[in-house]
Amino acid sequence: MNMMTRGKERLVLVGNGMAGIRTIEELLQRDPDRYEITVFGAEPHVNYNRIMLSPVLAGEKTFDQIILNDRSWYQDNNVTLLTSEKVETIDRQARTVTSAGGQTVGYDRLLLATGSDPFIIPVPGRGLPGVVTFRDMFDVEVMLRKAADGGRHAVVIGGGLLGLEAANGLAVNGMTVTVIHLMGTVMERQLDEAAGFLLQRELESRGIEVITKANTKAILGGDHVTGVLLEDGREILADLVVMAVGIRPNTALAKAAGLAVERGVVVDDHMVTSDPAILAVGECVQHRGATYGLVAPLWEMARSCADHLAGVAGAGYAGSVTSTKLKVTGIDLFSAGDFSGGKDHEDIVFRDAARGVYKRIVLKDDRIAGAVLYGDTRDGTWYFQMLREAADVSGFRDTLIFGQGFGHGLGGAVPANPKAAVAALSDTAEICGCNGVCKGAITKAIAEKGLTTLDDVRAHTKASASCGSCTGLVEQLLELSLGDGYQAAAAAKPMCKCTHHPHDDVRRLIVAGQLKSIPEVMQALEWRTPNGCHSCRPALNYYLLAAWPGEYQDDYQSRFVNERVHANIQKDGTYSVVPRMWGGLTSSKELRAIADVVDKFEIPTVKVTGGQRIDLFGVRKEDLPAVWKDLNAAGMVSGHAYAKGLRTVKTCVGSEWCRFGTQDSTGMGVKLERMTWGTWTPHKVKLAVSGCPRNCAEATIKDFGVVAVDSGWELYVAGNGGMKVRECDFLAKVETEEQVLEYCGAFLQLYREEARYLDRTAPWVERVGLDYVKKRIVEDDEGRRALNARFQFSQVFSQTDPWEERASGGVDAHEFAPLAKVG
Amino acid sequence: MAQDISSIDVSWIEVGKVADIPPAGARVVKSSQGDIAVFRTADDAVFAVRDRCPHAGGPLSQGIVHDARVTCPLHNWVIDLASGAATGPDEGCAGTYPVRVEDGVILLGLKLPAAAA
Repeated sequence: MNMMTRGKERLVLVGNGMAGIRTIEELLQRDPDRYEITVFGAEPHVNYNRIMLSPVLAGEKTFDQIILNDRSWYQDNNVTLLTSEKVETIDRQARTVTSAGGQTVGYDRLLLATGSDPFIIPVPGRGLPGVVTFRDMFDVEVMLRKAADGGRHAVVIGGGLLGLEAANGLAVNGMTVTVIHLMGTVMERQLDEAAGFLLQRELESRGIEVITKANTKAILGGDHVTGVLLEDGREILADLVVMAVGIRPNTALAKAAGLAVERGVVVDDHMVTSDPAILAVGECVQHRGATYGLVAPLWEMARSCADHLAGVAGAGYAGSVTSTKLKVTGIDLFSAGDFSGGKDHEDIVFRDAARGVYKRIVLKDDRIAGAVLYGDTRDGTWYFQMLREAADVSGFRDTLIFGQGFGHGLGGAVPANPKAAVAALSDTAEICGCNGVCKGAITKAIAEKGLTTLDDVRAHTKASASCGSCTGLVEQLLELSLGDGYQAAAAAKPMCKCTHHPHDDVRRLIVAGQLKSIPEVMQALEWRTPNGCHSCRPALNYYLLAAWPGEYQDDYQSRFVNERVHANIQKDGTYSVVPRMWGGLTSSKELRAIADVVDKFEIPTVKVTGGQRIDLFGVRKEDLPAVWKDLNAAGMVSGHAYAKGLRTVKTCVGSEWCRFGTQDSTGMGVKLERMTWGTWTPHKVKLAVSGCPRNCAEATIKDFGVVAVDSGWELYVAGNGGMKVRECDFLAKVETEEQVLEYCGAFLQLYREEARYLDRTAPWVERVGLDYVKKRIVEDDEGRRALNARFQFSQVFSQTDPWEERASGGVDAHEFAPLAKVG
Repeated sequence: MAQDISSIDVSWIEVGKVADIPPAGARVVKSSQGDIAVFRTADDAVFAVRDRCPHAGGPLSQGIVHDARVTCPLHNWVIDLASGAATGPDEGCAGTYPVRVEDGVILLGLKLPAAAA
């Protein structure tokens, strides 16, 4: 290694964040072999997309989905990454840096990308547990844990971009949120009063309280935060306080090293500090008097910095004009430039109250000086491009406010669809604001590099790789370039051809977006078909049922016939009926009632099932309610032999009769069945309990199997018979029956909440890994109890015998009677 | 087995109200010519199809209705309600019946034996 790299210059990067790593990427493109690169990161993570923390908090994305460079990227590019290593000192004489952990590394060139720190307002109580900022993944984890642990009230101090995204995320996680904002309207730096008001109203309609012109006096609490006290004496309850009043450049390291520092680390146009060996990029710098807290300027700095490091002549960085988008699902908001107005400024305003649309363009000398768009931001990119180019708009200012679709630059022709609008864009039109990528660069890359997927374009051009809001535009460019050759490739397989969303995304978005009906899901997630298909509708029905127990109204028309009529359809259109036999136990009374039903309705076949019950075959649909009525009268209920739900609990006789039995397996089985019957699950679920390791109940090929041993119960999961037999994995050994029930409820709930529809427990556990299941069920006592509690709660709404409801004629009477008889 | 039923020479017979069928659902009309599935789509269009899938005779009335299609409950063939024909790569036709709706009442056009009409 040393032999190989001798002679290379050593580049050390302090700060494993977006600006620093982007500079390295740009540098590697220019000259991959010039430097031996070492990166210090204070966080334990690889480089992730910090601007996507809001969607992670809101549950719309997972952390894995916002990783920008995984470990293999560092390896593949010979970049040494030291995580959880905060650099404490720079020795400019010796040209070394030293971390808190004592690592000292020498450099020829040093790049500072230390980012910014959240501003903490100096009020009493600011150090209390429960007071957090919103800056990194650690903060998000703290907030999510707080919400999950039953924290009810959150106060967000600061009604700017970050504060409002935090407020929305916490509200989605079920907390009551109050935003405290010093100024008269929210996001006053990006929005004018009218748009700020519309935004505030939208937030309030989501249950977020906004208090403006409010000054925080103190944060209250003893050993944990309990509330916030305002200057005017008002007190607001809080289990969690998020400080989001702003950021300031993190300059401590540079200052200590004696570099020129004002508000930020002072750099020239090539991002060089007052020490020629040291460069700086990102939020920590001050360039021509300005500091930046948005992503687009960072990318521009990264390019200039990489030019300099690679010895490439470049124009240097000339400062940035920035634009803003709020990343709150369902709120479209765009702002750019200067909209404060003034004497020589003119306003063009468009309002459509019914659609909740507000647009304002500020003109100065026939050029766009600023734009605020609320409710309809499609033309944001277009306005922003003209703003940056200082384009003269006097020729079409009459129709400017109606947007690009009105025919500008198209000789008056109105594009019939968004694709035509994209086709009409000039090659210099900016598509990706975060990364400054224009249309020409993307189409050129597609053509020259033979790119065919969104990921390809992201990899080669970075377009849509940051905040992702231009993904649609990039996909349209792919479509335009490749025609039918382009197939939108999602990372995971979509649920069905009605949608591009895979199962896991749909599950997450249902919860994150508070979607509570099938039409709502289809609308919000842009289903391609008017009412789905036989594949997605039952899945959506299940996901909604699992997400909103007691609240969601089951849609019977979206259920497979067996679950709609509570019997199993047979090849001739008749049905089979299986009454529940708790733990496989029956009685003379039940057997007599079954015999009578068989005679009365001339049921042709009676068969004992593999699940220790009796199946009656060949029942006509119109006879079902009457058959059920007679079975109900003898105390029998539906066995759910037709359900994606709990089927049977198979048992052996156990210690009550068997000379080998160590525990009462039958009794345990009955208790399990009493607890779990009626539950809906992603696929069928079978349980079994054996009374000794001879395992006569075949408990080790069940979804949840229990085997009694002298000292307690062994629990097994994720087995099945069937086409592909899978033996269970051992989950845990417990001592008491109560523990068996708790582990079972928790395991089933985890399966209910996280598996994909029509996955049995076996493929689900194989996908997520047994270790994960153990972590959630065995190692996390509190988590297990919470899962079990959610299972028990959902059971409150599912343990009604569907046969009884229908036998008495109350439910779905139309289902069992013909509409008419003619001829 | 395929029936070719033209709307000429048929008797229009009331079989019930649109409201008797759940949206995106179906009900069966028993007839001397076999079961007829009467469908109501999510946007209230009404279709009448012979209640036998061309594949294995499954009762189409029991399937999931999406758009103007039904998925057979036995083996997931998807049948177009307007034509009665299988969609996608599958081939076959269930056969349809003339149907019309007047004031919310469904009328089926059936060729019945003289005695019954």
